[in-house]
Amino acid sequence: MSTSEIDRQWTTRLRKRTFGKLPPEKMLPDTQPSYVSSWIYVFGVATISSLVVVIATGCVLAIFGPAWWHTSNVGHFVNSMHLWSVEIFFFSMVIHLWGKYFMAAWRGGRALTWITGMVLFLCSIVTALTGYVSQSNFDSQWISTQAKDAINGSGGGAFFNLLNGGQMLMWHIVLMPLILVLLVGVHVVLVRIKGVVPPIEENAGAVQ
Amino acid sequence: MSKKAFRPDVDAPEWKGGHSPYDIIKEGSIAIAVVLILTLILAVVFGSPDDPAITLKSWSTTAPVDFATTALSELNGTSGTATYGAPYNSQNSSASQQLGPLKLEYWIGVHIPINTAKVFVINPLKALPGQPALDKDLAVFQNASASAKTAWLNNYTKAAANMKFLNNQVVVNASDAGPVPLMINDLTQMARSGALDEALLTGDSFYTTDYTDSLLFISDGSYLGQVAQADHLTGSQWGMMNETGSWPGQAWLWLYTFWYQVSPMNSSSNGDVEVLAIMLLLTVGLTLMPFIPGLRSIPRKSKVYRIIWREHYQNQTKD
Repeated sequence: MSTSEIDRQWTTRLRKRTFGKLPPEKMLPDTQPSYVSSWIYVFGVATISSLVVVIATGCVLAIFGPAWWHTSNVGHFVNSMHLWSVEIFFFSMVIHLWGKYFMAAWRGGRALTWITGMVLFLCSIVTALTGYVSQSNFDSQWISTQAKDAINGSGGGAFFNLLNGGQMLMWHIVLMPLILVLLVGVHVVLVRIKGVVPPIEENAGAVQ
Repeated sequence: MSKKAFRPDVDAPEWKGGHSPYDIIKEGSIAIAVVLILTLILAVVFGSPDDPAITLKSWSTTAPVDFATTALSELNGTSGTATYGAPYNSQNSSASQQLGPLKLEYWIGVHIPINTAKVFVINPLKALPGQPALDKDLAVFQNASASAKTAWLNNYTKAAANMKFLNNQVVVNASDAGPVPLMINDLTQMARSGALDEALLTGDSFYTTDYTDSLLFISDGSYLGQVAQADHLTGSQWGMMNETGSWPGQAWLWLYTFWYQVSPMNSSSNGDVEVLAIMLLLTVGLTLMPFIPGLRSIPRKSKVYRIIWREHYQNQTKD
């Protein structure tokens, strides 16, 4: 097989493209620019870490089924962990978002990183909503019957029925986690490719 | 060839300064451990709420008059669900929410058809076994002319303003109401026995995970709202970001629920879709911030970044 034939292979092309943009030292760096020195940077990793705990506790709840936590003390405790990790997740993500906003973190060709972050925030809200209506208790009754009007008003209620417990549970434990994990992956890879945004240049002219 | 001008809100200078050691795997591991410990502590100290769901049985037992009144509204077609429009019933454009000329709800149409009289009242009553008097009255009701049904329902509805629940019976002093009094009373008895919960849930299939019918019926009554009000969960109480008891709710929805407190959305019949549109607009604006001149300059002009990178700027001054 000739070299040019190997170069044309999909696998070769993908490998070259991937590792060209994201060599191992960028994916798993052992140094970072000296300006990365603030507590605000903690909240990005805290968001991902709490997502790990959210998914782990969600997996335990999934093993025993949606009604388990109503009847088991252990189940209720795992549900409590799920709830509090979600609270930490959103707390961290909102601070991370506003931190990045005030850094104007889209500069230097990082707009797509900012956009994937915003889409992640929106997807997280949808995931939380489907979780709240999947609790199978009074909370889910009230939230689903109230929130349905906004969804219906947009025309989406015909396809995304908050009152359909089965549909909401599947969205919550299959579709939305898949989308979230995929988007987190894209977001992190973009951060690693472009690096952490440098401080705003104060000496340059303020040309928009 | 002229060099393109540097745009401080779009461009970032290439970093030519120093680097410091960074162990990304160690940082991630420590972060997961810290979050796990924090989660464990919060779960042990505060736990989580789990108020039991309201059933048609618990509702009709606790508030039988509210249940029977709601059942009547399902039968005479005046309930919230009966008059909702799309996606549940009647292609009635005035029943659907709209945003200016956009009638998305109406245009998408009925996809979850619900005839409240049939689904919530007549079909469940038909499923009751060994009720010859009820079977006879149901046949009379269903075979009656539209004008006769309307007259019975109107007569009963007028008298139902003084409805009472005495000796386990729905009491309404209505005359010429045909089979309606028996139907409403029997549906109330059926609900109090728990049989209506079962009938609405498993009416079409043994295996079911769709609670649309039961939830719409329950939400048509006043009882669900009263329980929510006591738990500060209603719209005017900023309920969207609250939780039962004192637990934190979806605090991240504070801006969403804020718009429900503001005129005209707080009294508009299209309030839900108006608030949704506002939030959609704001979200798109924030998402596309990098491309909006003026707005993308706010971070630079606010100088908050100087707090974030204060060490960097201090070092710059020293140099």
